[in-house]
Amino acid sequence: MRIALRIALAASAALLTLGVAQAQEKTLRIGTEGAYPPFNNLTSDGKLVGFDIDIAQALCDQMKVKCTFVAQDWDGIIPALQAGKFDAIVASMSITPERQEKVDFSHKYYNTPSALAVPKDSTLKGVTKEDLAGKTIGVATTTTHFNYASKTYTDSTIKGYPSSPEEQADLANGRIDAIEDDIVVLQQFLDSPDGACCKILGQPSPQPVEIFGPGAGIAVRKGETDLVNKLNEAIDAIRANGKYKEINDKYFKFDVYGAES
Amino acid sequence: MSVTAISVERPPAQARGWPRRRIVGYALVCLWIGFALGIAAYLFFAWNAEFFAKYAPAYLRGLGVTLSLVGISMVLGAALSIPVAYGRMSRNRVLSGLAYCYVYFFRGTPLLVQTFLVYYGLGSFRPQLSEFGLYLPVINDGLTFARFTLWDFFKDAFNCGVFAFALNTAAYQAEILRGAIESVPRGQWEGAASLGLHKLQTLRKIILPQALIVALRPYGNELILMIKASAIVAIITVYDLMGNAKLAFANSFDIQAYIWVALVYLVIVEILRHGVEWIERRITIHLKR
Repeated sequence: MRIALRIALAASAALLTLGVAQAQEKTLRIGTEGAYPPFNNLTSDGKLVGFDIDIAQALCDQMKVKCTFVAQDWDGIIPALQAGKFDAIVASMSITPERQEKVDFSHKYYNTPSALAVPKDSTLKGVTKEDLAGKTIGVATTTTHFNYASKTYTDSTIKGYPSSPEEQADLANGRIDAIEDDIVVLQQFLDSPDGACCKILGQPSPQPVEIFGPGAGIAVRKGETDLVNKLNEAIDAIRANGKYKEINDKYFKFDVYGAES
Repeated sequence: MSVTAISVERPPAQARGWPRRRIVGYALVCLWIGFALGIAAYLFFAWNAEFFAKYAPAYLRGLGVTLSLVGISMVLGAALSIPVAYGRMSRNRVLSGLAYCYVYFFRGTPLLVQTFLVYYGLGSFRPQLSEFGLYLPVINDGLTFARFTLWDFFKDAFNCGVFAFALNTAAYQAEILRGAIESVPRGQWEGAASLGLHKLQTLRKIILPQALIVALRPYGNELILMIKASAIVAIITVYDLMGNAKLAFANSFDIQAYIWVALVYLVIVEILRHGVEWIERRITIHLKR
């Protein structure tokens, strides 16, 4: 009897939460990482801040929907989107063919190049495969930088990290010889006290578009064309009305949007 | 073995028919069977020869890393657990206090935290660690001596993993050892002493053979827990089984990557469990009636 009662209670509780979840469906839930400053980062009191967050908020204002933000580890971010934990990813996610098999993307909302950083006393001269032969390069896994490094620096050891702060800590410690990441993220690290150890070595060239993609876009579940169209319109709108430039200038000294597409 | 008489009650007669409990029980078992069949069916239909060909070698490499990591840590931990267990049982206040603190710390904090402390924490003491070194012989074009510092050891993520795991398991193994030794009645020590055996002889020939039977199960559990806990080294960049699964998942976004790795862990644990049971059957033959 008691068991049956408990099951009934649990079932009704589950139904109730389901009802609540459906009531909240009208707000757009946005997933982001929170470990990729200056694009997205968690402050010490647990608030999400950064370029991605401001852009997403501007897009939501433009689309006149209420948005909530969810922090999610990078390597589980696409499965979490598919599982319906949130409705869109605004987390500096590069638009790549492999990801396009799993999710749909908006147009890019920024595009910045990949670069390598090394300790200041490093003897490394360049960023070619030969320059880095025998060295250890740290990269965050599941990123375009990781894919590029694994394909290009085949004579080097590639160490995969869960997110950028870990690879930066290990570069400062001297465990690894170089790290590859977005140049803006690297620059933010180098400007911080922990980054005093290191410098930018250079940008790999060319940066193939089939690996790096056209830039960072907003990912939504496959088939949600409506949302994609709305997001694209909103991106164009905030580009046109100056909101984008305002946010851009708050974080960067140059235009991170890159070439007009 | 205690000789006090214990009144043994007859188990209640099996219920007949279909009482509610039995129905619920069967329903739950069916649910689990359905769940297992679901996974099997999923794997059958999601069978992807390409995925297998691409990532199976990586999984095998990862399995090797996991097994060697756990193997080395368990052995080092066992060696380290002996002095710790000695300290725990010692009447010397300082010794037992130190051992107590050691066990308290390593059992009271998550292994994940300990691993992070070793990997990233020690990493920030690089200059200090580089100062402690010794000259070790190296063989390359004849015998030469090269200087190895502590940093050379802690630079490597695998070494950091082994270090943290060995320290952690030593604390648990020390408690297992102490518990097992203390489970042997004091009378055994006294009897041995009356026969003129000294302490070490008593320990080796009388106490340990009995204690290790008691300790076998907990040791088996500790080994199984270590195998499963070893998955956390993936986040300090060691490509163990879990690390390779994460990488495979990152490249394919295919949930199979994790299902396969779960199955591999399950198989390892199952093999170990049966191994421990087999050993137990062998060493408790004299207790069977």
